[in-house]
Amino acid sequence: MTADNNVLIKVDNLVMHFPIYRGVIRRQVGVVHAVDGVSFDIKQGETLGLVGESGCGKSTTGRTILQLYKPTSGNVYFKDTNLVKLRPERMRMMRREMQMIFQDPYASLNPRMTVRDIVGEPLMAFGEASGKQIDERVASLLDLVKLNPDFSSRYPHEFSGGQRQRIGVARALALNPSFIVCDEPISALDVSIQAQVVNLLEELQQELNLTYLFIAHDLSMVRHISNRVAVMYLGIFVELTERNELYRNPLHPYTQALLSAIPVADPVYNEQRRRIILEGDVPSPVNPPSGCRFRTRCPIADTICAEKTPEWREVEPGHFAACHKI
Amino acid sequence: MGELLLNVRDLETHFKTPDGTVHAVNGVSFHIKEGETLGVVGESGCGKSVTMLSCLRLIPSPPGKIVAGEAIFRGQDLLKMSAEEIRHVRGGQISMVFQDPMTSLNPVMNIGKQMAEPLMLHMNMTKEQARKRSVELLELVGIPKAGERLKDYPHQYSGGMRQRVMIAIALSCNPQILIADEPTTALDVTIQAQIVDLVKRLRDELGMAIIWITHDLGVVANIAHRVMVMYGGYIIEESDVNDLYSDPRHPYTLGLLGSLPKIHEEMHRKLFSIEGMPPILYQKPRSCPFAPRCNWVTERCWQENPPLETVTEGHRVACWVDTRNGSK
Repeated sequence: MTADNNVLIKVDNLVMHFPIYRGVIRRQVGVVHAVDGVSFDIKQGETLGLVGESGCGKSTTGRTILQLYKPTSGNVYFKDTNLVKLRPERMRMMRREMQMIFQDPYASLNPRMTVRDIVGEPLMAFGEASGKQIDERVASLLDLVKLNPDFSSRYPHEFSGGQRQRIGVARALALNPSFIVCDEPISALDVSIQAQVVNLLEELQQELNLTYLFIAHDLSMVRHISNRVAVMYLGIFVELTERNELYRNPLHPYTQALLSAIPVADPVYNEQRRRIILEGDVPSPVNPPSGCRFRTRCPIADTICAEKTPEWREVEPGHFAACHKI
Repeated sequence: MGELLLNVRDLETHFKTPDGTVHAVNGVSFHIKEGETLGVVGESGCGKSVTMLSCLRLIPSPPGKIVAGEAIFRGQDLLKMSAEEIRHVRGGQISMVFQDPMTSLNPVMNIGKQMAEPLMLHMNMTKEQARKRSVELLELVGIPKAGERLKDYPHQYSGGMRQRVMIAIALSCNPQILIADEPTTALDVTIQAQIVDLVKRLRDELGMAIIWITHDLGVVANIAHRVMVMYGGYIIEESDVNDLYSDPRHPYTLGLLGSLPKIHEEMHRKLFSIEGMPPILYQKPRSCPFAPRCNWVTERCWQENPPLETVTEGHRVACWVDTRNGSK
């Protein structure tokens, strides 16, 4: 289906609405517009960074790609297979190819399972190995994420945050996937530990030819790890381009504000740069603003922004944005 | 900067645990002057919060115990005050903003009540006066329609708004020192920028001193005048903010700065990471607590813990090695 053979994941106008029910008879009174029509593709071996504030739908996008939620509409292609149309049993088999690393290393590991059981569970679930073989595979996986294989009979609480995140990575790698959704894998970690995990993810990507969707709200880390970066706001993409281009030449006012809000560890530079401080909070996704969704906080919003939804277009080659003012 | 406000000398705090006594703060000395902002930086578990909580005697005891030191605030030792006296200082002259705005407000009490509490307690205001002042304060921190929102409960506020309310409460009694314990860590970058901007504005308007605890070297660069870096319950480097970023000396500070990706740097470089994790000290260390993770480690580091020594004016470092040229 795809013309470009390098494309691993193709997302086509993906929409994910969550219904809101109220009252005794659980009548549907509205929908949360979590993801409202996003289209993009991820190439083989690439890292696509996805940034935005909490509640903008970036995690939902990741989860919907993996069919953890049944999308309201739209299609997701993995190589040539449309995941949305797959029957549950076929989809289950596809899951070996795509895995996920979660944000909170404290909540995403079962405290009653040993590391061996956690990392070995996917192997058992797919009948990839049994008995002694599992032990061997778990040991080599722990070795891969630079944990001591002798720790495999320990429980998650015996590890620090960074080590737990490594266990999460080992579990995601157990079935040799080609695509991994990293949902804020470093947000809960200390600065020096973040660097350890990011370096590990980069090494693994090279070694195993992995493709990542890297979700984060930390723009500086996203720039570091990604090839291309997409910026999301209230359920839609506002900008998508190659990483250096995004930081050198941000087109959308939201991207500009996000970039200027990054705290930089350089007091002299901070004095010089112009900071755009956005007013207020992200509006509710139940009732998103008409026209351009960013207009309520946009410093350059105009009447047209309230009337017409800006079109998602390729402003420069490979540089997509949705704004009337560009 | 103005006069000396708080002077802490040789503070030591221990925690009794089933595994032994944890030495969380090991002889920390620092001071803060009027109108100054002091940044306190370090990883989780390096003793930065415990140091500040100790000064206000907010350490749960047992298991925690302040075993030595003094904290002189306007001629009086906070550590020797009676429980009654310290209660007047807390929330009044020295107030605190905590990390998590989701858990540090009472969910079953409306915002108006929570704001009035310190005002009626410390400032002897009547209910009506407290209400008026609360509205003023909420407006000061930029909450729209403040008067109507007093009846709302915390869950009706967003994360950034809740942190604003926390700051309003902390400011309500005109404190001389505001201790902010990772106030922006739980927030999004755009909201974080709003809060940092707000605190800076309030500092300039109201002239209070701020102690800003964080692990984010970026935020500190933006707000602090002076920074101290903590590790293993020690201050390992302390300096003027510009000096610290242009001329960092301690290997730990270098490591922290190196592990940040640079935003105005196009080359893709491997991030520097400090392997291992911060120690839990079950006894006062005889070696440098950072030695096991240090790239510059020498024989001497294992035998003696380096004292905090002045290297240039106002810049103190605790390290045996001169990291600029590797000499000892």
